[in-house]
Amino acid sequence: MAELKLMKGNEAIAEAAIRCGCDGYFGYPITPQSEIMETLMARQPWDETGMVVLQAESEVASINMVYGGAACGKRAMTSSSSPGISLMQEGITYIAGSELPCLIVNVVRGGPGLGTIQPAQSDYFQAVKGGGHGDYKLIVLAPASVQEMYDFVDLAFELAFKYRNPAMILSDGVIGQMMEKVQIGDYKPRLTDEEVVKRYGSWATTGKPSTRERNIITSLDLDANSQELFNLKLLKKYAEIEKNEIRFEEISCTDAEYLLVAYGSSSRICQKTVDLAREKGIKVGLLRPITLYPYPYGAIQKLVPQLKGILAVEMSAGQMVEDVRLAVNGKVPVLHYGRMGGVIPTPNEVLKVLEDKLIKG
Amino acid sequence: MTEEIIIAGFGGQGVLSMGKILAYSGIMQDQEVSWMPSYGPEMRGGTANVTVILSDSRISSPIIQEFDTAIILNQQSMDKFEPMVKPGGLLIYDPNGITRHPVRKDIAIYQVEAAEEAARTKNPRTFNMIVLGAFLKVKPIVKLDNVIKGLEKSLPERHHNLIPVNKEAILKGMELAKKYS
Repeated sequence: MAELKLMKGNEAIAEAAIRCGCDGYFGYPITPQSEIMETLMARQPWDETGMVVLQAESEVASINMVYGGAACGKRAMTSSSSPGISLMQEGITYIAGSELPCLIVNVVRGGPGLGTIQPAQSDYFQAVKGGGHGDYKLIVLAPASVQEMYDFVDLAFELAFKYRNPAMILSDGVIGQMMEKVQIGDYKPRLTDEEVVKRYGSWATTGKPSTRERNIITSLDLDANSQELFNLKLLKKYAEIEKNEIRFEEISCTDAEYLLVAYGSSSRICQKTVDLAREKGIKVGLLRPITLYPYPYGAIQKLVPQLKGILAVEMSAGQMVEDVRLAVNGKVPVLHYGRMGGVIPTPNEVLKVLEDKLIKG
Repeated sequence: MTEEIIIAGFGGQGVLSMGKILAYSGIMQDQEVSWMPSYGPEMRGGTANVTVILSDSRISSPIIQEFDTAIILNQQSMDKFEPMVKPGGLLIYDPNGITRHPVRKDIAIYQVEAAEEAARTKNPRTFNMIVLGAFLKVKPIVKLDNVIKGLEKSLPERHHNLIPVNKEAILKGMELAKKYS
């Protein structure tokens, strides 16, 4: 039975985890995402669906518990905010190297270091360009509303299992802390080991039957040639993901002469900028990447011929703007505008930069 | 219709829950809503504020710097938010503890003696509902019925016995709204 609720983004993540058949959550509290574990603990899903919720002794422990759960074919997840996600990087690259599905939620705050507790988008590079060591990719989803916080939990797990690859929800303090209407979905049952094998194949360590060889989950291969073969296999998988899973939203782009590119909370701010600019007769549109990896390079390229300039807006010193520039390849000017350290840009501020720097500049 | 509201005061005054009840009331009449709190050091140090938007259409930015209405419950918030009310907008405040009263001439300003009323009735926790009542008297953007439904949704069931007291406080607040300038 679907119902409508007023929820914080963080609460929506927790509710979605319970309802999408998540088997286990392992985390450690940190602002601005502590409501995820608080909500899970208050909901006590172990009584309802059998989902495990555990406060680990650290972020390092959390991600390794996720590693273990994922190796058994379980829907395992963790969440944290920037400094905690940095602590998890070793575990994340091991999970990617072991080709395991899991969900990591990063409700980003300002950095570097302990930084601040206010919203930022300065973990883009860490999320989409690596973070840990080695050639690997996370599937990265960027929700821009509380509804998407809810919807993307199941989507992230589905994609993670489809490709046997860790997925990340890259959110921030705005979307995590704000409340909006959420359409709550039905419960999806947790899968049994047999169902996991049937649906996703028999890679998981679900107990060895006599009918197959043992499954080994590892990210270690001491033979350079076979490690390279594994790297090539990963590349092939990433090419599939890039072919199939790009998601983005276009707002008022049809006749746009100028384009804003922004994801997550910045895209909400830019929607208002588009409204304000259109009132003044400026033909501006907004392209919102929903998947940050795979990135919608093609969607931006397609718009380039009609554009006089692009402004990438993000709460960072300029990270995603590098991908916009890759897409555009020098054909039109690409500027960056962002605030840092937890300061949130306002729609009027963005409009002023659009007018003064991009249009007049 | 879109109404963009800032509610600002001290932590503990019920600023965030007033916003939540308002947001729920909006949902009850099929509106889009957003509720964006301050959660930074200001919350840990005393002041708290929340931006609530109710709209008939999709809400773009939950973060705004101009408001149709400012509901102000302490001096720091007066200093910060009085200049951010849109021309023609509304500022409503409790004069208790205010040392510098608002000076804008291009907005409507109302007072509500909510702290005094809450103290008089020995029911300090109804303070925020008295303020909400005063706001709804001046700007009836949500129906009282929907506010009560909003209360039912936002209060845990074990506190539903408090709804009549809260309703009374809202009605009292409606009486107490007083034009200042």
